[in-house]
Amino acid sequence: MPQASQAQPEQSTVKDISPTIMAIGEFWKAFRKNKPAIAGTFIVVFFILLAIFARFIAPQGINDQNIGIRLQPPSAAHWFGTDDFGRDIFSRIVFGARLSLRVGFLSVVGSIIAGTLLGVIAGYFGRFLDVVISRIFDILLAFPSILLSIAIVAILGPSLNNALVAIAIVNIPVFGRLVRSRVLTVKEEEYVVAARSIGMGDMRIIFHHVLPNSFAPIIVQGTLNIATAILDAAGLGFLGMGAQAPLPEWGKMLSDSREYIQNAPWTVLFPGLAIVLVVVGFNLIGDGLRDALDPRMKN
Amino acid sequence: MSEAILKVEGLKTSFFTDDGEIPAVDGIDFSVNEGEILGIVGESGCGKSVTSLSIMGLLPSPPGKIVGGHIFYKGEDISHAKESKMRKLRGNDIAMIFQEPMTSLNPVFTIGEQLMEAIRLHNHLSKKALTERAVELLKLVGLPRAKELLKEYPHELSGGMRQRVMIAMAMSCNPKVLIADEPTTALDVTIQAQILDLMIKLNRETHTAIIMITHDLGVVAQMCNRVVVMYAGKVVEEGLVKDIFNHPKHPYTEGLIQSIPDLYGKKDYLHTIKGSVPKPGSIHKGCLFAPRCEFVMDKCRVNTPELLGDSHKSRCFLHQEKA
Repeated sequence: MPQASQAQPEQSTVKDISPTIMAIGEFWKAFRKNKPAIAGTFIVVFFILLAIFARFIAPQGINDQNIGIRLQPPSAAHWFGTDDFGRDIFSRIVFGARLSLRVGFLSVVGSIIAGTLLGVIAGYFGRFLDVVISRIFDILLAFPSILLSIAIVAILGPSLNNALVAIAIVNIPVFGRLVRSRVLTVKEEEYVVAARSIGMGDMRIIFHHVLPNSFAPIIVQGTLNIATAILDAAGLGFLGMGAQAPLPEWGKMLSDSREYIQNAPWTVLFPGLAIVLVVVGFNLIGDGLRDALDPRMKN
Repeated sequence: MSEAILKVEGLKTSFFTDDGEIPAVDGIDFSVNEGEILGIVGESGCGKSVTSLSIMGLLPSPPGKIVGGHIFYKGEDISHAKESKMRKLRGNDIAMIFQEPMTSLNPVFTIGEQLMEAIRLHNHLSKKALTERAVELLKLVGLPRAKELLKEYPHELSGGMRQRVMIAMAMSCNPKVLIADEPTTALDVTIQAQILDLMIKLNRETHTAIIMITHDLGVVAQMCNRVVVMYAGKVVEEGLVKDIFNHPKHPYTEGLIQSIPDLYGKKDYLHTIKGSVPKPGSIHKGCLFAPRCEFVMDKCRVNTPELLGDSHKSRCFLHQEKA
């Protein structure tokens, strides 16, 4: 293994640094080489900063209407032009970053928590519970995700928060199956049997052995899913099932402006561009993480 | 002779598969005395590991299940004990070390975290006391730089070092019985010798009884007081090591002893026992070893010999007739 021999001298020089930091360093080395992933990181960090400092960045409020300047093309005063109520599109997109990132992060965190819980139960305890949970996952996955989230929103009522919940539910089986498959692998590992042979209980084994060894794929899938979640939220917003007017949600902005696509294309161009950029950003990071965390992809 | 601390009586463990019941361990008896080193030898597939997993209550279930017999620990039958009861016993009273030191440690935690976790399972100690105990254990198993090792990850250690860590973990709560399932198979010969020496040392110092499961008669000769020879899920011979090596009373044991390569006399070929261990449950009549036995007699194929003898028992008509 040429790789191992290369790593040797370096390891001996940094012996005093904790191994955790070394593992992160190793990961960073692999991640840094991946140019698209770095670009994705920049894009996502840019949008996160936009969301955090929206108040200071946006020149106008999200609902500052001025019918006198409706549907103005981009100019020095209104960088992205104005919409049909004369609102500044740039300001709305900046504030919209908050909504989209919130939906992306929270729904994925929700799916990860629920999916991990169900996946661990199915994979670790198996038998009847596994059959039941796995079949539920199969049923959920059989629906196209947008159709299922529309159905859930139809039950809960249309709002951005309900869209968030719907997207979280739709993505539970994605994480559930991932965790289950990891658990099935890890629980057969000898260190788990060894842990049991010194008297460790199921809960400790799950939290000390199974979950920590299952995190890498969850992180990768989570990052990729933030992109999908943002896209789904925009889709629901576009269909009128997500964010409601006057919230500056990007998908909602698209659908509100679609009548003006011919005479005021900037009203749809910029919200669309924002969606594309964020989604591409998260996807690039996700791909980069997968490559950096997967030992088989190393060369 | 001191009291038997662990006693296995007529233990039967089967695996239930699509092809029906497969008796991996078919009625074995043996006992381990306090502070003794007992060897269990046999080829691969003889049921050695299944025996140890049965004792620990760690059989993969399903498909594995103890279908008969008893396991007495300090006079108490633990063959069907509740999981909560077994969990208290494991580590504290009976501990186990495994074949593969490379995979027996969790790659994402440091040696210290795993070792202290093992101690904490059965003892309530302060953080400081835990660290002290962990260092003490690492020193006990002969690892240098114990303090620094606590902060290192398994991948930074060699196989021999990891096996020492595993032994330290198993010894962390001073178990009365330590089951070692081929602890040296995956190690270099020189490291093997060190690990075996370590185990002998631990046995003398802590008076922990050791069940040494191995297919290496050399290991048995070096370490054990008594030995149980297993074949196809049954005990075929049992006795003191010196008796068995000097006067084996079963052709299978003889074959095993002859198969040990001789360091001095050069032989052109190594003795082998022809054939392989029959699939459990495939032989219903006669001696299980009959198809491979050089001295097979007519009655061996018809009747099943019993395990007979006082301190040196064997399951063979040939030797029983001689006696």
